[in-house]
Amino acid sequence: MADTQGGRSLVVDAVTHRFPNGALAVENINLDVKGGEIIALLGPSGCGKTTLLRIIAGFIAQTQGRIIIGDDIVDPLPPNRRAVGIVFQNYALFPHLSISENVGYGLAARGVDKATRQREAQRLLELVQLPTMADRLPRQLSGGQQQRVALARALAIKPSILLLDEPFAALDKNLRLDMQIEVKRLQRVSGITTLIVTHDQEEALSMADRVAVLSHGKLEQFGTPSDVYDRPQTLFVNTFVGSTNRMPGTVMSSDRTGAKVRLDAGSEIIARPATGSLTEGGRVTVCIRPEHLQFVNDDAGFAGVIGMSLPLGATVVHEVTTADGTGVKVSQARFGETRTLESGAAVRLAPLAPALANAFPATL
Amino acid sequence: MGAAPAARDVTSYGTGLAAPLALFFLAFFVAPLLQLFWLSLHNDTAGLHWGIGQYLQFLTDPFSLSVLGSTLLLGAAVTAVCLLLGFPIAWLYQRVGPRLQTVIILIVLLPLLTSVVVRTFAWIVILGRQGIINATLQSLGMIDTPLRLLYTQFGVVIALAQVQMPLMVLPLITALGRIDSNLEDASCSLGAGSWRTLWRIVLPLSLPGIIAGCTLTYAAAITAFITQSLIGGGQMLFMPMYLYQQASALQNWPFAAAISIIFLLAVLAVVSVFTALGRLSRGYGGA
Repeated sequence: MADTQGGRSLVVDAVTHRFPNGALAVENINLDVKGGEIIALLGPSGCGKTTLLRIIAGFIAQTQGRIIIGDDIVDPLPPNRRAVGIVFQNYALFPHLSISENVGYGLAARGVDKATRQREAQRLLELVQLPTMADRLPRQLSGGQQQRVALARALAIKPSILLLDEPFAALDKNLRLDMQIEVKRLQRVSGITTLIVTHDQEEALSMADRVAVLSHGKLEQFGTPSDVYDRPQTLFVNTFVGSTNRMPGTVMSSDRTGAKVRLDAGSEIIARPATGSLTEGGRVTVCIRPEHLQFVNDDAGFAGVIGMSLPLGATVVHEVTTADGTGVKVSQARFGETRTLESGAAVRLAPLAPALANAFPATL
Repeated sequence: MGAAPAARDVTSYGTGLAAPLALFFLAFFVAPLLQLFWLSLHNDTAGLHWGIGQYLQFLTDPFSLSVLGSTLLLGAAVTAVCLLLGFPIAWLYQRVGPRLQTVIILIVLLPLLTSVVVRTFAWIVILGRQGIINATLQSLGMIDTPLRLLYTQFGVVIALAQVQMPLMVLPLITALGRIDSNLEDASCSLGAGSWRTLWRIVLPLSLPGIIAGCTLTYAAAITAFITQSLIGGGQMLFMPMYLYQQASALQNWPFAAAISIIFLLAVLAVVSVFTALGRLSRGYGGA
């Protein structure tokens, strides 16, 4: 047990969980996590990501499916036998124990003697850059420091998997970035397979090697951050990760690489079919991100009327209403001549490049 | 009641509103207590000679001291039984659904809703020579002669523990409810089993509730005149009955007053030990 440091793989194999009241919490989730990877479970609240984390940790016994860590099916093991380290959202430090005792708690449970425990706790506190806090109580530490202690405590048991439940949600913005870098550094040093549960897409995209997007208990997509952002497989992923414009249209022609879509707004564009090929003449929803639209001068693109221009610092966002009444946002990087546009001004819009739009079969 | 000054601090309140209660306490608690103390400082029943003779008499009389000792021990035994039986109930309460919680609370509070005399007589029915326990054991053939349960220390402890149980369970439920459930999950995920989690996390963090419950139970148990007298019978003498005999039957008011003061101080001493333990627990784990 003592030498299972880092690098263990994690397989979530067809896991389904139903709450006692019959509600489906997660449905047929499959994840194949390589040893040493950082994975983010991303989704809105209530999507089942925390349930999945608690299943992996062993606090919830799933209705169906298996959890495999390394070569072991861990389903029969209670949480205290799984060697899974958890950092809770509120850190859950033991308020009556000193920082050193908190960090050494897992070692004490394994029967490690006090001197070794203290030495190991000190080593870990140095790792998380809190070497002088050993004798303090948790309430004497700031939020960021408490989180470092929670990390050290989880790492002390040399976990095969590290689970972080919304670890940065309680921190203010500047501290959050510092801690994200810190966690990533510690993860690289230790090489421990890590799962981060988060509803913050920036956090997921910046920290994780791969992102699993969940919605209503189902896995929408599992891929690299650029897969998820640039090649979303579902409409949900496209709208939840980043912001996007949804424009209705009809498929004129389609093959695997691209589809020609006639937008209701009035022009034809080339879009990437998100799921295989699209049926000719079928209705689709085309997603174009605000930063992928540009103003054009000639008769290209589609027409619209400026509703409002918002200078947001580095970018200027224009709200445009198209001929069919669809509201569209256009984001322009701000440089020299970029200016806000008069409300009511007529403009024409087109995508920056053809592959930047994604087409999904319309559900309604 | 006059117009408030313009720059009044809105978070402070006048002490005037507390005056009625303060007067009430002054007239019906502090004054009688002082009178009691004054009374105890007389060497004779007529109240003519000053002195500390009553205190000396109590403290040099082995019988009086044994009554005090057995009363304090009775309190300790009842408190221990209440804690041992009450903690699992409170622990269970935090882990069941809302419907079962209602049932548990009802069962715990039920003793408070019946008269203490009725409850005590129920115990007489249960514990008596021909009582429910003896009748059951005899019909099962487990005993030949009835067990002596009534008029024993055991009987008094059991009956008092039942009567005082709410005073232990309610503070424990509150204290256990305040413990973040993530702490138990954290302990478990770090490799601790349920017993280690109970000893190292749940018990230390519920210490404020344990101390509050123990203090209340203890104070209530040693002063429970009716239950002590009815279940204890003539053979067992505790401080409240001793005091009653001296005051009512023997009309020895100065000695009864001295007993009261000594009893009061003894209880205060025990309660302050509990409180000191509580203060200690707040710095728990500093080592």
